[in-house]
Amino acid sequence: MFKPTLLAAALACALPLPALAVSDADLAAELAKVRAEFDQKLKDLQASYEARLKEMETRVAPPAEAAPTPSASRGNDFNPELSLILQGSYAQRKAGERRPTGFLRDAAIGAPTRGFSLGDSELILAANVDPYFRGQATVILADGQANVEEAWFQTLSLDRGLTLKGGRFLSGTGYANEQHPHAWDFADNSLMYQTLFGEHLAQDGLQLKWLAPSDTFVELGLEAGRGAAFPGSSNGGDKNGAGSWALFGHIGDDFGDSNAWRAGLSWLSARPRDRESRILDQFGFDTRNQFSGRSKTWIADFIWKWAPDGNPKARNFKFQSEIFQRDEEGKLIYDTAATGANTPGAYRARQSGWYAQGVYQFLPRWRAGLRYDRLNSGSLDYGANNAALLPAAYSPSKWSLMADWSPSEFSRLRLQLARDRAMQGNPDDQQITLQYIHSLGSHGAHKF
Amino acid sequence: MLNRFVFIVLLLAANTANAALNVLACEPEWAALTQELTGDLARVTSATTARQDPHHIEARPSLIARARNADLLVCTGAELEIGWLPLLQREAGNARIQPGQAGYFAAADQVHLLEKSGNADRAQGDVHPGGNPHLQADPRNLLKVANALAPRLAELDPANTAHYAARNQDFQKRMSAAIARWEKEAAPLRGVAVVVHHRSWSYLADWLSLKVVADLEPKPGIEPSVASLASLLERLRAQPARLILRTAYQSPKPSEWLAERAVIAAVELPYTVGGSARATDLFGLFDDTLAKLKGGLK
Repeated sequence: MFKPTLLAAALACALPLPALAVSDADLAAELAKVRAEFDQKLKDLQASYEARLKEMETRVAPPAEAAPTPSASRGNDFNPELSLILQGSYAQRKAGERRPTGFLRDAAIGAPTRGFSLGDSELILAANVDPYFRGQATVILADGQANVEEAWFQTLSLDRGLTLKGGRFLSGTGYANEQHPHAWDFADNSLMYQTLFGEHLAQDGLQLKWLAPSDTFVELGLEAGRGAAFPGSSNGGDKNGAGSWALFGHIGDDFGDSNAWRAGLSWLSARPRDRESRILDQFGFDTRNQFSGRSKTWIADFIWKWAPDGNPKARNFKFQSEIFQRDEEGKLIYDTAATGANTPGAYRARQSGWYAQGVYQFLPRWRAGLRYDRLNSGSLDYGANNAALLPAAYSPSKWSLMADWSPSEFSRLRLQLARDRAMQGNPDDQQITLQYIHSLGSHGAHKF
Repeated sequence: MLNRFVFIVLLLAANTANAALNVLACEPEWAALTQELTGDLARVTSATTARQDPHHIEARPSLIARARNADLLVCTGAELEIGWLPLLQREAGNARIQPGQAGYFAAADQVHLLEKSGNADRAQGDVHPGGNPHLQADPRNLLKVANALAPRLAELDPANTAHYAARNQDFQKRMSAAIARWEKEAAPLRGVAVVVHHRSWSYLADWLSLKVVADLEPKPGIEPSVASLASLLERLRAQPARLILRTAYQSPKPSEWLAERAVIAAVELPYTVGGSARATDLFGLFDDTLAKLKGGLK
């Protein structure tokens, strides 16, 4: 087939011009025919190769119909989920503490660090113990020590909506209490939680929760704890029975596809003995004081989350607010230092406070948030120690503005600006914090 | 007459056993499949919609309440729901739906997963070392999942074993016929080069022999940036593609950006039941998927 064409081409070249004009049309037709034939042959060849390749591939590849084979056991398959949180920050602020004026607070809370500092490194181990229990331990690693923040078991098989938790766990009181610092939306805790619990309330004890069999989320919880942590105290926890009781109820639901909410009410009681708090007295001395008596706290919380179509990945908004009232009654020893006054007096306080915050994710990796904190020193009576301790009426407050960027869901960088007016006569209007939070390993899901 | 009587008795029996099972599906495709197998013998709801990314769901109070009352969870598994499902199981106080119990069914355990790397390094992005979980995009997987789900339903509700088996048989027949039809319709799609947004389409590509030449995400789970899209545009100049595929829950911006500059079609596929007006059930899902793919080629 090829030969006649070549011949024709050779002839066409050899022939004088007039003859070329005659055979032009024929030649073009012939050329098209050859091209078509060539294309067809090439296609056939390609198809045959592809078929053979495919056949070889199917022979090499595992058959698609094969049942999934369980991967070979490596002996460490039963290891717990292991996760490590790395946190650190750079902070610029005025030196010293800014304790909320007029409030008793855990003496163990130190001054916030300035400059570069390493935050809590949280090591979390969790696994199902067996079909009946799950266990988790959260250890905070710090220089020269490791603090057991949580170590609990939880039942998986009680059924009927019941769950029992035991050990050391974050109390279900309030909303933010169950969040670890790496899950906070701001670089620091709200004034309310700082004042009530320090970081958060961890109970050594038992928690029983019951979820109602309704389509609306209704949950009730009861906790009996040792009561050694603030607002309790280690001496207060040294007793038979429970040193602290907590009751809470949560209700929540969706509102359309885009909105979800939860509201809660909690009550916490403790009987602290010799509970230490530091107070800047009227003479300008930073004194240690011991309270013994009873402490009752009410907390109401509300959370609303919005995401277009309920798909929070690109954009979402979260509003969170909590309000508390704390009643404490008993006696307080003023200035317990060895050379101090050691004056006992009555103590009675009914105080309250709240915070509200909104965090908006406006782009897939970017969020911005604003928080306002306010405490009301309310009715405060130090009895015989009023002259030394009673401050002028003051309402501690704080504004915080933050923006964070999360390259992935496992890392986050944050900038926070704050105007801190917690301490009377000692404001700090320019607090700047830069923070990183990195999460390594198989990190568990966060609660709503 | 007798036939009619038997029918009425059956109907009454069915009524007393009405909504015997309370099924919570993690994704709409499993709700639709369960519904195919149970008919009106179960109350089936889906925890997510087609407009929600199943990787990123909050363990909302309403979901915990629904998990509390569920007899059966039908989920994808393969770590797709790792960010929220374990919380539902733990917080619900429901022993029946715990991992390992009959009340927890994972579709991924029933099929051969693609892209099993075993390599769990997050430097590679949000990877699923156990395999790609987006398995419902290949309807052949639905047949296998249904074959495992029907006995599971029977295990939980033995009185209706025959009912589930019969409905499964019927589903297998209809779905197999539909698959044969779709495969014939999809002939022009063989070997077509596509760009995907996330590895949501690996199974679809495997089924229809689409050639995935690029992913909008620089790494799985990492959102595309302008820089990564620009370099992708360069690559497409050398290795052109004809379609950009995304789901209904993904932002249209990256694919539209690229489509405009590379002058190719960006196609939003339903991905799951409810992902488009026509995807009202599993059959409509693939009818519409094929129509949209072929529409994009024009």
